[in-house]
Formats: sequence, C-alpha cells, structure tokens
Amino acid sequence: MKLKTLLTSTALALGVANAAAAQDPTQACFVYVGPIGDGGWTYQHHQGALAVKEAYGDKVEIQWQENVPEGADSERVMTQMALSGCDIVFATSFGYMDPINNVAAKFPDVKFEHATGYKRMHPNVTTYNSRFYEGRAVVGHIAGRMTETNKIGYIASFPIPEVVMGINSYYHHAAKVNPDVELVVTWVYTWFDPAKEADAARAMLDQGVDVITAHTDSTAPLAEIAKEGGKAIGFGQASDMAAFAYNDDGTPGPRVASIIDDWSPYYVKRVGQLMDGSYEQTDSWGGMPEGEVVIGEMTDAIPADVQAEAQGMIDAITAGEYHPFTGPMSNQAGEQFLAEGETIEDGPLLGMNFYIEGITAEIPQ
Amino acid sequence: MIRLERRPQPSRLWVWCTPLLAVALTMLAGGLMFAALGKDPIEAIRTIFFDPLFNPQFASYSRPQLLVKAGPLILIAIGLALGFRAGVWNIGAEGQYIMGAICGAAVALALYPLDSPIVFPAMVLAGLLGGFAWAMIPGVLRTAFNTNEILVSLLLVYVAEQILAAMALGLLRNPDGGGFPGSRNLQQYPSAANLELIAGTGMHWGVVTAFITVILAYIVLTRHVLGFHIRVTGSSPRAARFAGVVPARLILICLGVSGALAGMAGLYEVAGPAGQITIDFNSGYGFTAIIVAFLGRLHPVGILLAGLLMALTYIGGELAQFMLGLPAAAIQLFQGMLLFFLLGVDVLSNYRIRIGRPGVA
Repeated sequence: MKLKTLLTSTALALGVANAAAAQDPTQACFVYVGPIGDGGWTYQHHQGALAVKEAYGDKVEIQWQENVPEGADSERVMTQMALSGCDIVFATSFGYMDPINNVAAKFPDVKFEHATGYKRMHPNVTTYNSRFYEGRAVVGHIAGRMTETNKIGYIASFPIPEVVMGINSYYHHAAKVNPDVELVVTWVYTWFDPAKEADAARAMLDQGVDVITAHTDSTAPLAEIAKEGGKAIGFGQASDMAAFAYNDDGTPGPRVASIIDDWSPYYVKRVGQLMDGSYEQTDSWGGMPEGEVVIGEMTDAIPADVQAEAQGMIDAITAGEYHPFTGPMSNQAGEQFLAEGETIEDGPLLGMNFYIEGITAEIPQ
Repeated sequence: MIRLERRPQPSRLWVWCTPLLAVALTMLAGGLMFAALGKDPIEAIRTIFFDPLFNPQFASYSRPQLLVKAGPLILIAIGLALGFRAGVWNIGAEGQYIMGAICGAAVALALYPLDSPIVFPAMVLAGLLGGFAWAMIPGVLRTAFNTNEILVSLLLVYVAEQILAAMALGLLRNPDGGGFPGSRNLQQYPSAANLELIAGTGMHWGVVTAFITVILAYIVLTRHVLGFHIRVTGSSPRAARFAGVVPARLILICLGVSGALAGMAGLYEVAGPAGQITIDFNSGYGFTAIIVAFLGRLHPVGILLAGLLMALTYIGGELAQFMLGLPAAAIQLFQGMLLFFLLGVDVLSNYRIRIGRPGVA
C-alpha cells in the first residue's frame, strides 16, 4: 500500500512538473449523450471528469457538453471543441463512432477517445470500455441464490454484443448456483425511458419474476419493485442508486447491490499520460482489477453467506483469478464454445451475438 | 386600467414586428436567467448570437454549419406551413422525416456498391415517396373516416421510431459492422453521399432544395390558385366551399406535400451530415420545424429567416454550453422562451392596448 501511494504521488508530481513546463493548462473535453442529472451513465462519466480536475487542479481545465445527439450534431460539437483548444476529447456514447473518426482526421494534434466503440481509423483515436459483464456475474450469482420463484429478469436495451454478453454472464452465474432458474428478457429499445422501464419491470413482476437487473439507466424499475413490498429485489445500474437501498423505516429496500461504472481511474490516467508525454493510442477494456467496475454496498437483504460468496467472486475477478466466461460453456444449440477451464478471448466476447445454453428466448433480429 | 381592444383586422405592422419583439424579449428574459445561473448575461447572449457568425476562432466553421442545421428545418417548416395555413395540422413531420430517411437509405443500400449517377436521384425520389406515403395515412384516415390528423400524425412518429430501430438492428444493418446496430455509412459510398457541393460552404443538396422550396412556396401562395385555396380555407372553410375548394383534396395535398418535403429532408440528412441509419438517427427536426413555421409567420421568407435564427440558437447554444459551462437545459429553456414570447406578443397583432376606462378615452 505504501509503495503504491509513493508511486502515485511521484507520478502525480511528475505530471504536475511536466504540465507546469507547458504554458497552458491541458484542456480535457467531454461529450455527453444525456443530461448529467443525478445518476446514470452520463453522471458517472461526469464524475470521472470531475476526478480529473480534482487530481490535477490548475494544470487542467475540463469542459463538457450535455445532451449531444449522436450523428451529425456530435460531429459539429466535437469540431467546435477541437477549434476551441481542447487537447483531448472524450466522447462517451457508442453512436459517436463515425463522427469522432471524421473529426480526428481533421485535427491530428488533438487526442480523441471514444467510449464503447471499436473504430480507430486514425492514430489519434483511442477506444475504451469497461468489462461490465464482471458486475453482471456477481449480481447473477446473487440472483440465482436469492430467487424464490426461480424466475429472474433482465431489462435489456438493444440487442448488441455489449448487452448480450451481460445477459449471458448474468444467467450463467445464476444457473450455476441454481439450475432451476429461468430467465425472462424484455427488450425496451432505449437506454433511458423511465416509463418503458417501469412497464417492463411491472410485466416481469406480474409473471412471477422476483429478481430484476436492468441494462437501462433510470431508477424506474427499482421504484416498481419497491411496490412489491420486499417480495422482489433489484440492483442499481451504472450509479449506486443508494436511495433505494433502505426504506424510510430502515428496513432493506429493493436495491440490494449495484454495478457502478467508475471512469475516474481511466480518465485520470489518460489525462496524466497526455501531460507527461507517455500518451499512446490504445484500445482499453478495464474492469474490476482497474477499479472501473465496482459493486456497490450489499445490503442486509442479502443473506450473509451469499454476501460472502459474492465478495469472494469480486475478489477473484479483481485478482485476475476468475474470468466470468470460463468453460465449459455451450450455445443454445448445445455446441460447446468454451472447453472445460478455457476462458473466452476478447474478440469473440466483443462480437457475442448468441445466447448460452439454458436461455429459452431468442435474440430479436 | 389597461384593457385589450380587438382590432378590426390584424395589424400589418405588428405581424412583422412581433417576431423581432419576441427575440428581444427572449434575450432579455434569457439574460436574466443566465445571470441567475451566475453567468455573465452579456457574454452568454454574445456567445449564442454573435460568436457563431463572427468569432475568428469558430466562425469559418460554424457559418457553413448554420446552413447544414437550417436546411432541414426550413424544408420541413415550409411544408408544414402550407397545411397550417389551411387548418391542416400535420404534427408528425418527425415520423415522415424518419420514413423518408429509411426509404432513401434502403435504395442506396440495395444498390450498394453500384457506381452510377442514377443512385442519388433514385434515393431522393424514394425519400420523397417514403415521407409522402407516411403522411398519407393520417390524410386518408381524415378524409375517409374524419379522424383527427393531429393525433394520428403524432402517434405515427412513435411507430416510425420503432421501425427505425428495427431497421438499424435488422434489415439495414451493416453486414460488415460486427453485429453492431446501424447501417453502412453513406458518406463513404460516393454515388450515394450527399456531400458539400462547394467545399467549406455547408451547401449540400438539401440546403439547395430548401432554398428552391422557399421560392416555389412563395410563388404558390401568392400567384397560384392552390395558394388561394389554402388561404381561403384557413380563414373561412365555409367560404372556401363556395370558392370551389374540395376539402378532402386540399387536405391530401397539404399532408402529401409536407410529408414529401419532410421525407426529402430525412434523406438528405441520412445521406449527408448523419451518414447512416442508426437507432436514434432522428434528432427532433420534425418537431423543431413546427416552431420555425410559426416563428416565420407561416410565410416562406419568414420561415427562411426563422430557420436560420433557430439554427443560430442551436449552434450558439452549443458554444455557450461548453465555453461558459451553461447547462443544456438552460439552452433548451432559452429556445422555448422564443416560442413562448412569440405566441405571447402575438396578442398585439390582433388587439390594441388601451389605457383608461372604456368610453372615457
């Protein structure tokens, strides 16, 4: 621990010294697809931006823009950012992929970083993402152990590999501890729509689902679960959603744990590298080991033994000892794609477009 | 005592002055709001209205962008205005815009990678027909069953959004895109791309079409019998019957034209600035165009100016957001104020303000 602190402060001091040598503060700019609000995807990115400011103080300036639609508008916003003197631009939604590459071509001296994308058409474009499926594995385990109806639900946004791998990871770890578990998936085709998310949660609850996780941003599913008065549980998504952790009378609420996206370590690292000259184009995919995926506080609604198992899994993933996609695993047709003990490569995982064995639904086409 | 007295007919002076007054009031109230947020109001207003046009750092880029942003707004608003003038309320231009984009892009993707000058005109035609067909649904339902075209056209927007999502995920998905949603990027398909006609000007075919449409709409409204029918139906439907207007035909024409123009706007956008069909390709042009139509007094030249003004508030608003750290909601509120004040001061065109008791003055 001491060594780590020492290293960090040395790195900080180095970064500071180098930035001081430069004339202007480094400008880090952030493009957000939604409003910052008080929780969710964009909020988490903004927390990361604030952490950059916190880490480097006067040596950096942060600028951001909320509610930037994907497509043509984002291209204009990023161009204006580059023109205004941004040194590094973080574009935090999948749909900025082609625009960011177009803008990067015009500004070779500005660094561009694209969250969740895969196109790096120019040397100044980096992509980064988090291994959210690691968090899904932990909540899947909790779901499998805690369901009483043996029906668990997943509110899914869009049928893209990112979501499909989350569903597989969730179900795989639930079924591992509870072979009778049945998965209900509802596609809402949105990242944020409280009304639709609440409808989906309600439909699941009416079918007898008693554990729900969401791949969407709002707290509406948790609010819907709260109406069941303790008979069903859910998880915070992207943000901690701690407001749903305990009821007014102090009893555990619908949110029993959460998957938190923490972008601070990555943003602080990249801006630091830019300042000290060690910045390079990368394709980063961090997770629990890097502190980018964090499981929020587990409440007393989860039995102590289940909490201990979940913590064990978190520790194993963090230490790099366990990969949530470890064989034997088969697809729905029963064909094995991972042999006993084999872990999946990043390539096939990033293109995952099939459900694993045991899930009865079909991925919509 | 202050009271309002109805004018015998709308004041011509005020009809043209109220938009300017509304803009001035918006600047004033918006400035107060920015001040309340702890920002320098003068600097904020300057960033929104002045910097995109004259700031040496940005202007060479943002001036052409003004046309790119205003083009679809003007094109859609012109079509809407024809209907609004005749009392035909097409609120669903957003849906027609989406369907135009889907149909046009589908033609391009079906012909890919054919290299031929036929591709782009075929796409424009398909976009036009897509928007037209989508607008015909409320049109036919209105004329055949007397349903309310406001509701039907609005609700069809949500249907169109679902179709858009299905297309981006399914039929039109890029086969080389690794399973991710979204079509091929048409900007990278030379025969289909709607690029700038003259580099650095922002002029693409959509902007050209918008300008031509302004001129055509002006001629139709002032010189053509259709324009006469539209105007007389709007002011007095009963009188219109006697003037030989067939109401059903006029409804279909108004909805069809506005749908076709919105569809074309969608096609130009998807083939140009946007580039691809994605799940949330539409960014609200169809709804914003309603504001533009009213801000422009439903008059083609007014719409041209209103579209440019609206585009200015968008681009300037973006600049203000990240230069001054204004929240996005404040910019949207600012744009909303514009419509609010326009509708509010409209009372001056139809009423006269009298001070003093009735009969005394």
